[in-house]
Amino acid sequence: MADASNTDAFVEFERVQKSYDGETLVVKDLNLTLPKGEFLTMLGPSGSGKTTCLMMLAGFETATHGDIRLAGVSINNIPPHKRGIGMVFQNYALFPHMTIAENLSFPLEVRKMGKSEREAKVKRALDMVEMGAFGGRRPSQLSGGQQQRVALARALVFEPELVLMDEPLGALDKQLREKMQFEITHLAHELGITTVYVTHDQTEALTMSDRVAVFNDGRIQQLAPPDELYESPQNSFVAQFIGENNTLEGVVKEISGNHAVVALDDGETIQCTPVNVSEVGQRTQVSIRPERVEYNKERLQEGAHTLKAEVLEFIYMGDIFRTRLRVAGNDEFIIKTRNAPDQDRLQPGQQIEIGWLPEDCRALDA
Amino acid sequence: MSDTTQSGPVLAADGTPLKRSLARALRMQKLRALMLIAPLLIFILLAFIFPIADMLFRSVENRIVADTLPETVVTLKDWDPMSGESPDEAVYESLYYDLFVAAEAKEHTKLGTRLNYEHTGISSLFRSSGRKVDDIGKADVKAIQRSGDGELKNGALWYEIMSGGSSAAGDTDLLDGERTKLAQLTGEKFSGDIGFVPGAEISKLFPRTAIAYTDFALFTAVVDGDIVAEEKPWETVYVAFATEVSTDGGAANLASYTGPGADALKAAAAAIADLPPISFKEAFLDIDKDWGNVGNWRTIQTYSPEYTTGYFLNSVDLHLGADGVEARPENQQIYITLFKRTMIMSLMITGSCILLGYPVAWILANLPTRSANLLMILVLLPFWTSLLVRTSAWKVMLQQQGVINDVLVWLGLVADDARLVMINNQFGTIVAMTHILLPFMILPMYSVMQTINPTYLRAAKSLGATNWTAFWRVYFPQSVPGIGAGSILVFILSIGYYITPEIVGGTKGVFISNRIAYHISSSLNWGLAAALGSILLAVVLLLYWAYDKIVGIDNVKLG
Repeated sequence: MADASNTDAFVEFERVQKSYDGETLVVKDLNLTLPKGEFLTMLGPSGSGKTTCLMMLAGFETATHGDIRLAGVSINNIPPHKRGIGMVFQNYALFPHMTIAENLSFPLEVRKMGKSEREAKVKRALDMVEMGAFGGRRPSQLSGGQQQRVALARALVFEPELVLMDEPLGALDKQLREKMQFEITHLAHELGITTVYVTHDQTEALTMSDRVAVFNDGRIQQLAPPDELYESPQNSFVAQFIGENNTLEGVVKEISGNHAVVALDDGETIQCTPVNVSEVGQRTQVSIRPERVEYNKERLQEGAHTLKAEVLEFIYMGDIFRTRLRVAGNDEFIIKTRNAPDQDRLQPGQQIEIGWLPEDCRALDA
Repeated sequence: MSDTTQSGPVLAADGTPLKRSLARALRMQKLRALMLIAPLLIFILLAFIFPIADMLFRSVENRIVADTLPETVVTLKDWDPMSGESPDEAVYESLYYDLFVAAEAKEHTKLGTRLNYEHTGISSLFRSSGRKVDDIGKADVKAIQRSGDGELKNGALWYEIMSGGSSAAGDTDLLDGERTKLAQLTGEKFSGDIGFVPGAEISKLFPRTAIAYTDFALFTAVVDGDIVAEEKPWETVYVAFATEVSTDGGAANLASYTGPGADALKAAAAAIADLPPISFKEAFLDIDKDWGNVGNWRTIQTYSPEYTTGYFLNSVDLHLGADGVEARPENQQIYITLFKRTMIMSLMITGSCILLGYPVAWILANLPTRSANLLMILVLLPFWTSLLVRTSAWKVMLQQQGVINDVLVWLGLVADDARLVMINNQFGTIVAMTHILLPFMILPMYSVMQTINPTYLRAAKSLGATNWTAFWRVYFPQSVPGIGAGSILVFILSIGYYITPEIVGGTKGVFISNRIAYHISSSLNWGLAAALGSILLAVVLLLYWAYDKIVGIDNVKLG
């Protein structure tokens, strides 16, 4: 985790704790630093504390302990309306009794901006999200995607340096969601604003963010760029939560540097990279990504370890094939292969040998 | 697809037009739905809409004058009230016959009461005249009864004369006409066989006498249940005969009469020949000199049509005077003041309900469900107590020797001899009614506020609005439909409130509804009560319409 005294930190959480009932901590000792212009996503299952963190940053919840700083200034005692943070809500929260233009004009009005300046800014913000023609409509007359754009424009119209987004795409259908993901990232980078984005959708987190903070149980489990998060999960929770993952359980037999030998529960031994196991005899979960498993012997790389497997199910998914195998007593072992002309389709019941590189096989905590 | 390319109506699979097919398919469903609501529909129709329509109809209905004095109304039509002269003899003659029958049926006092609303003093005029109308033409009656062998003293000969003997042709038109007249007068049915049909000959020669006897016969048979031939006829029969026979044509008619009892009638005519002719006008003026009063007659003439605007004019402190519509005397003007007071006080009650109810509704909507439910029970608690008890409690609280005054005196804020007057005035009514109607304001406001998502406030604050701006610009506009619904409810309820103003209102704090109740149950002027009620209804509908135009009734949410 980054140093709290980092000088180019724009948003800082320092030892922040939050409890609603005085008995349990929803957020436990949160330390987080964002440099200016970063797009950070807080990802985690519901109840993991990510939304609470966002609300504390926005000022709608007060931290039970710790300090939250914005541009070096502690904002613990600053009311939300003075923080100057733009926010996009899950259900958009567009004011239903105002037109789109009035909605956008609202933050400018409360800042006592002149009429002509207001109109210019509203127009610019609406054009930015390609909603220029809809200024006179009411929110109820717009589709979900259009409301989403307006909500985004409203959060940006008063030019905040920090924008918070609380699962803003949750109510959209898949195609629209993907389009909006792209547009939001694009806008955020173009305008150079710092963004804190909350979601429980890992694809969204991976595709949009500069860095992702994975939350669980009130703590940040891992804070890393998407590729690192996917490829080198630091613990089994992150490995399970991000992407699809095969796990094999066993005990560490040997460990030296970044090389370990694990004895699986059915007797096989495999080579792995140790991540957070430290001593021999410790129980471990070995994690392998489905797309890193190879069964075609010719394509198996030199030094790859092989295991026997039985094909249980073959699922055709268009761009990829998904095959369910029984490996070392695990019936839920998935491999993914590209739908290429030379790729053969496995038949259920077929006995094959699978293998992977030791670097792709990570021994994590049990 | 083929259906859409065809011209003409779309057909169902079996070839019938699709529309008819659909209607048939839905018919059972509609019928079942109708049957489910039928009990309530019929109940509302019978117990609500019909009585209200009937009541409203009474505000213009005025058949009592024409029903009670049918002939007078006709003869009075030609009289010109601007002449300043009382009507001529013919009118008084009609009045004699009408009033006699009405007095027999005891309907004349009702007419007196009705006309008394318009012109004070008519009631006693009718009452006293009803008693004394028998005495008119007394000399002639006696003379006829004594004439000959005294046969005309009894009913038997009269019956024979008037029916024209057993084989004579009867005048059923006359009989039916009188049946209808009496039915309208008394509200009873005068149908069925009465054992008498006026003879065609006598009714042609002495029509007035025949009418008088027929009325008598109908009354004797139907109301008293006696046999017509055995009863002595009314004085009107003698008077009618005396009047008719003393005209030139009458004498000739009598000479040509050959039917039963011709001799007796001739003897009777001879007996009254020396008496002065009966003057009905003088006779009525003898009974009461007010019968010469032009004002009384003008009132009767003005209110003789079957429908009248009189009640409505009365409701707005006007009346039909000599020169058309004019204001009532200053000391009788009361309703405009009452209407104004009702409106203003209802507005004040609505306003104070909004002021007191809004924060409560807001708290209710923003508390966690458990505490909100508890608070809701407290809001609803007044509903579980009798209205009368609540109002009486306010009496205990507010009176000069009451709880509030006692406390204020004890605290030394108010001198003992200068206790506050908080009851039997407008203040008392407003306080008590605000308390009683408050739940009707809170409930719709609460249900609307519940639907307002708290994120709107958060969004507003995140956009830079202070708490007050966020409330005023974002929350309040969204809660307006609740205020509207509550206001309509409270205003309409309070405009027609009756019990509370009656108990705590004194004289200065009563509403128009108290006056309506007074006219329904005490003064029995239902027509005026109906007119006041109609105006109240019209005002409410007008306000409703105005509200719809300004705020839009779609914006009203009751839940």
